[in-house]
Amino acid sequence: MTFMSRRSLLTGLAATAGGLLTGCDKLAQSEDFRKALFSAENVHRWTQRALTDRQALAQEFTPDQMSPYFRPNGTRNPGTAEYTAISANNFADWRLKVTGLVNRPLSLSLPQIKALPHREQITRHDCVEGWSAIGKWRGVPLRTILDGAQLKTSAKYLVFHCADTNGGARPYYESIDMVDAFHPQTILAFALNDKPLFVANGAPLRLRVERHLGYKHAKYLIGIEAVDNLAGIHGGKGGYWEDVAGYQWYAGI
Amino acid sequence: MSHEDRIAAGSLVKRHRLSTRIWHWVNAIAIATLFMSGLGIFNAHPRLYWGNYGANFDTPWLELDRFPGWITLPGSYSLSMSRQWHLAYALIFAFALLVYMIWSLINRHISRDLAFRREELEPRHIWQDIKDHARLRFPTGAAALRYNVLQKASYIGVIFILIPGIIFTGLAMSPGMDAAWPWLTQIFGGRQSARSIHFIFAFALIGFFLVHILMVLLAGPINEVRSMITGWYRVPPERRTGEHGQ
Repeated sequence: MTFMSRRSLLTGLAATAGGLLTGCDKLAQSEDFRKALFSAENVHRWTQRALTDRQALAQEFTPDQMSPYFRPNGTRNPGTAEYTAISANNFADWRLKVTGLVNRPLSLSLPQIKALPHREQITRHDCVEGWSAIGKWRGVPLRTILDGAQLKTSAKYLVFHCADTNGGARPYYESIDMVDAFHPQTILAFALNDKPLFVANGAPLRLRVERHLGYKHAKYLIGIEAVDNLAGIHGGKGGYWEDVAGYQWYAGI
Repeated sequence: MSHEDRIAAGSLVKRHRLSTRIWHWVNAIAIATLFMSGLGIFNAHPRLYWGNYGANFDTPWLELDRFPGWITLPGSYSLSMSRQWHLAYALIFAFALLVYMIWSLINRHISRDLAFRREELEPRHIWQDIKDHARLRFPTGAAALRYNVLQKASYIGVIFILIPGIIFTGLAMSPGMDAAWPWLTQIFGGRQSARSIHFIFAFALIGFFLVHILMVLLAGPINEVRSMITGWYRVPPERRTGEHGQ
């Protein structure tokens, strides 16, 4: 039997772990390796969409299954001069602009949006950090707005522009493709747990795209832009966190 | 007399199949990467809950400090990079298991080497194997070529329970898969329960890994590692009877 002291075993293991880590961190700086690693996101998206029902609905819950308190996250208040002025006026001057590859650009006020048919859903919000909260959302199906704007067939993505700069100079934004845009649970929500959205939760209007992690659910919406590719939008990766930190654009994983 | 009983001590024999060797080393890399990047992901919210939901204002069953940088991937906190590593290697890990299971059914590795034989499951036999392990008496001669009953139980547990459990609880945390397969999330008792089970199973797998490394060290690391790389294993010599019960 080979004799090995506990100390040398531990030192050996720690050195191996340390060496492995340094190696991995170095590897992750190589552009080719990053590309290969990041391409796993596409494999997940293809596999999920190939093997499962693209129209599958996220689970909906009953009122007794809801979180006692729905935790706000990310920006709690955009705090910009424009947003402060608009919120002080109870969003009377707020407009949602629908632009880009549409035949009929729109500029909608909050009362106009609230006058459209609603959908209510009690769903689970999953943050990329790992926590989940269940809340009741009320809003207008995105499909209704897209039909009103007469989306062109060349449109491949919808970009959601936000009033929020996440504390820096870059505005928050997100994007989804048409599979999620026309999904029945994809709504523009104006109420959470039977109350108009609080500022912390994205007042006056936020996206709910229930088969994705929380960062896709853009808050403080001011515009929806239909585009045929994402390369020209801000950092080009389709979203604030995708540009800034390398999060997956497909957040269904 | 079986073929194995005629194998002379000290001779080199082919012990591990190519499929087992490939899968073993793929797993060694994948599990190290997944465990360390998984701890990096856990650090983003180091609290675990039971049920469908769980966030800062709910009561966790476990709350830890962040794991230190020497054991996480990357070494400094980055949730996005930990996720990139984790989600890439998760694919390798899951599909490697699928291929290995199919391959092992076809080449009869499962039925020949892993399945329990009736006599092995007798309490007397199991107790003998426990005693042998406790005394660190490893099988010699031809007996060393077969898995013993505790070894089989741990391999079966890892291949058919632990690793599939880790894969499926991982899938149950994906919001896309939750919509597609809501039953999967419900089997585990909700998304936060799935996350807790994923964490527990990951540490159980690391427990297996530590015992596995210890057993390799005790049984003769050079011979064991060589057999897992080349397939060739040197049969350990029989103990002389005088050594019994030392």
